[in-house]
Amino acid sequence: MYSFDLDRPVTLEAALAALKAEDAQPLGGGQTLIPALKQRLAAPSRLVSLAAIPDLCGIDLEGETLTIGAATPHAMVAGQAGAYPALAALAGGIGDPAVRNRGTIGGSLANNDPSACYPAAVLGSGAVICTNIREIAADDFFEGMFATALEDGEIIIRVRFPVPQAACYRKFDHPASRFALAGAFVARFPGSVRVAITGVSEEGVFRWSEAEAALSARFAPDALEGVSLPPEGMIEDLHGSSAYRAHLAGVMTRRAVAAMV
Amino acid sequence: MPKDHGIGASSKRREDIRFLTGKGRYTDDINLPGQAHACFVRSQVAHGRLKGVDISAAQKMPGVIRVFTAIDLEGVGGLPCGWQVTDRHGNPMQEPGHPVLATGKVRHVGDPIAVVVAETPEQARDAAEAVQPDIEELPPVLDLRGALAEDAVKVHEELSSNLCYDWGFVENNREDVDKAIATAHHVTTLDLVNQRLIPNAMEPRVAIGDFNPATGDSTLYTTSQNPHVIRLLMGAFVLGIPEHKLRVVAPDVGGGFGSKIFHYAEEAFCTFAAKALGRPVKWTCQRSESFMSDAHGRDHVTKIELALDKNGRFLALRTQTHANMGAYLSTFAPSVPTWLHGTLMAGNYRTPLIYVNVKAVFTNTVPVDAYRGAGRPEATFQLERVIDKAAREMGIDPIELRRRNFVTEFPYATPVAVEYDTGDYHATMDKLVEIADFAGFEARRAKSAARGKLRGLGVNCYIEACGIAPSHLVGQLGARAGLYEAATVRVNATGGLVVMTGSHSHGQGHETSFAQVVADMIGLDENMVEIVHGDTANTPMGMGTYGSRSLAVGGSAIVRATEKIIAKAKKIAAHLMEAAPEDIELKNGAFSVAGTDKSVAWGDVTLAAYVPHNYPLEEIEPGLEETAFYDPNNFTFPAGAYACEVEVDPETGKVEVCSFVATDDFGTIVNPMIVDGQVHGGIAQGLGQALLERAVYDEYGQLLSGSYMDYAMPRADDLPSFTVDHSCQTPCTHNPLGVKGCGEAGAIGSPPALVNAVVDALNRGGYEHITHIDMPLTPSRVWAAMR
Repeated sequence: MYSFDLDRPVTLEAALAALKAEDAQPLGGGQTLIPALKQRLAAPSRLVSLAAIPDLCGIDLEGETLTIGAATPHAMVAGQAGAYPALAALAGGIGDPAVRNRGTIGGSLANNDPSACYPAAVLGSGAVICTNIREIAADDFFEGMFATALEDGEIIIRVRFPVPQAACYRKFDHPASRFALAGAFVARFPGSVRVAITGVSEEGVFRWSEAEAALSARFAPDALEGVSLPPEGMIEDLHGSSAYRAHLAGVMTRRAVAAMV
Repeated sequence: MPKDHGIGASSKRREDIRFLTGKGRYTDDINLPGQAHACFVRSQVAHGRLKGVDISAAQKMPGVIRVFTAIDLEGVGGLPCGWQVTDRHGNPMQEPGHPVLATGKVRHVGDPIAVVVAETPEQARDAAEAVQPDIEELPPVLDLRGALAEDAVKVHEELSSNLCYDWGFVENNREDVDKAIATAHHVTTLDLVNQRLIPNAMEPRVAIGDFNPATGDSTLYTTSQNPHVIRLLMGAFVLGIPEHKLRVVAPDVGGGFGSKIFHYAEEAFCTFAAKALGRPVKWTCQRSESFMSDAHGRDHVTKIELALDKNGRFLALRTQTHANMGAYLSTFAPSVPTWLHGTLMAGNYRTPLIYVNVKAVFTNTVPVDAYRGAGRPEATFQLERVIDKAAREMGIDPIELRRRNFVTEFPYATPVAVEYDTGDYHATMDKLVEIADFAGFEARRAKSAARGKLRGLGVNCYIEACGIAPSHLVGQLGARAGLYEAATVRVNATGGLVVMTGSHSHGQGHETSFAQVVADMIGLDENMVEIVHGDTANTPMGMGTYGSRSLAVGGSAIVRATEKIIAKAKKIAAHLMEAAPEDIELKNGAFSVAGTDKSVAWGDVTLAAYVPHNYPLEEIEPGLEETAFYDPNNFTFPAGAYACEVEVDPETGKVEVCSFVATDDFGTIVNPMIVDGQVHGGIAQGLGQALLERAVYDEYGQLLSGSYMDYAMPRADDLPSFTVDHSCQTPCTHNPLGVKGCGEAGAIGSPPALVNAVVDALNRGGYEHITHIDMPLTPSRVWAAMR
């Protein structure tokens, strides 16, 4: 790890001010950034931790909307987001206890790892990402592998989830990292179904529109018969071919649906 | 009734108190006054001409004491290889130099080029990044068969080719084997890969060199399985330091699995640099660094053919293997695919004709050497896989086919140069059939099918040669060292004992089980016996711990030394009781005169030895301390039968291990709980190979599986609860304890059981075309095979 300065502000205002410093970079739970630092793959001169700001941490239910502070760790979502069981279950399946107690939803979304779980929940739910300057619809937020709509100096404050009638996340674990080799988040709303796939595409998390159309017409596992993803553009590496990942996405989607009916 | 003390008791591991409460003392816990820190600059390319190293910028960095390259290591020899294999034409293997720091060329990603020594580890690392090697890249040699092509690029220009050796065993059997296979009723052929593994001991390697200018003594603290071997190799071959001026200390060591047997460049460098700089020099390996600097394991590509008659009797076996040596010869690398592999090809069976051919090949990859099992897993895997395939092809039950061919009379001389002293393969198989409830399999399979899962059952046997090794035999086979073991038993004046052993414990529980042996022999409480190991300054010269040898060889040395102690103590007791030594009996820690009520306690005798007021000084020396060296006259041959049940998810290809049963014959058992633990660990490691682990290089020689993000280690939730039985015991006939060794069995026996089970599941599930899947059986591979 290279040396760097660390700010640990306790208010949002102080954090935003600190982030104005040259080369300053926000630090969420650090579950991606810290390992990268330890391997000297990143060399920021100043990190601004967002983990000590009380306003950024917490879960709030208002009507059919669940709002989660950006610095809320996965373990808290797993334990306290009972109003949205599929989301709580997803959070409880990320990494291991150490990761879940440090990693945050805001950090995961801002990083947008193509194999992370949270992007699938956010995109699959049609959540809204609230930053210090605007609100961004999930459909506009994810811009490809490790890329998001966030601009310099823009940080996630909270995420607003509309709670669906029913939802389910099914993940097939990567054998080594336990990220998603393929994950499908299926959410059913009155009149519509959203399906988000993670771990599979070279473009990162995406909505599987063919599956959504089929399931909107008839919500049943066999409605997906004949619906499949093409292998083109899917991730291929030593853990699986693009065809395998495309196939797994279909299996995980079908299993998620089966668990909901 | 299970025993509650001594041999056969499940005494709690005394070392666990310090391991589990953070009180262990590992090499990295040692910090010497004034110590400096080393960071190695390693090649980032697989193969290239090293035209120069610019250290000027690094030398000016804060805290830098000195930057070393190969030219600064004047007088330092190369790392020696401890085993010379003779090829099938009678010529010695090709043996390239192995410099401590790269000279002229870099030959694998991770090859050390330079070392920065600085005041802090961070400063050393910062400056290491400023070292600029000038490397002209060369095409890397990666493919084992391609490496042997006429026009292949050479890893070592000074050699005639990339072939280390072409070994034939037994060469005189070659023609007869060919003939038998050509004319047999049935021949089963299988091509397979035993993939490269990365050892991943929990504790990464560490080395600290220290030099005392007042005495001229050097000390190396290192993570080693065999400190005496390191002292001998490094002192005699690399640094030219005689043993009496060099001390090697291997304190608590957090796992080795073979990877800490070998002498590594970092050990020699730190010892050298401590003298050159007049300061202790410490190096602690980073985890990602260990992936490219610890010797890897396995990496064989094999074709095996088994010839059978119409009744399924094995007639002949022929195997051809390409074994990857990596870029240099690690300490014991040449022995692994040859003498630790070819000699085991008979397995548990009476196959009259066997021929093993091994071509060892240099490539631009990390050196490969012994890894838990070392050669024996490779032998067992190919043999037990081809037998399973033959059973399927001939329509014979796989257990029945094995039983028809079992060796049943002992001693049994195999056609591959070893003699099994004892065993009972039907007994372990009977036990397996009983415990694993094969009768209930069909019902379990039906249940799995109802849940959409394909269930399969895999069975195999294994045998291994342990207790390595008879020196007279391994000397003929090319070993450049003796492989005996040594022990000193020191009895203190008030009766407590200290046992100093040349073995080294890095997880095996020696401190407990060795104490049980000595306490049992004398009839004392185990807590009166302390085991000392790991420091060449206070242990007799032994060869360390690997090859499941510590109890069989090291324990035998302890028995011999303790026998000498008892013999002398009896003479002292005889004097005290005014009786003849031959009438003295030792029981429960007290000496008595046979047929009388006279007795003296253990402590009275030991006190008399050191306070010899009333003592026959003309006849016996005072004191009570004895040393014994023990060299076995044969290997030991643990054997067993394993069964594995799996469920395969046909939609995803994921394999779930439902149950695993191991029945092992380890001969006499000293501590059943420790044996259980050794087998558990071995099975976990074997299933790790079978299901998850694989070192992968890309076409440029870059290690793709260079971290835990891509190298899949087994975790608790990948594994079922194991059922382990070692009630079948045919004691070894040639060591005093009758023990055989249990450290590697699980890793040797479990991979074929898993693969046999998956192939069985797929065949029962309608995928009859699948006869084999190469390890690891990842979901994607199983799924691809089903397509």
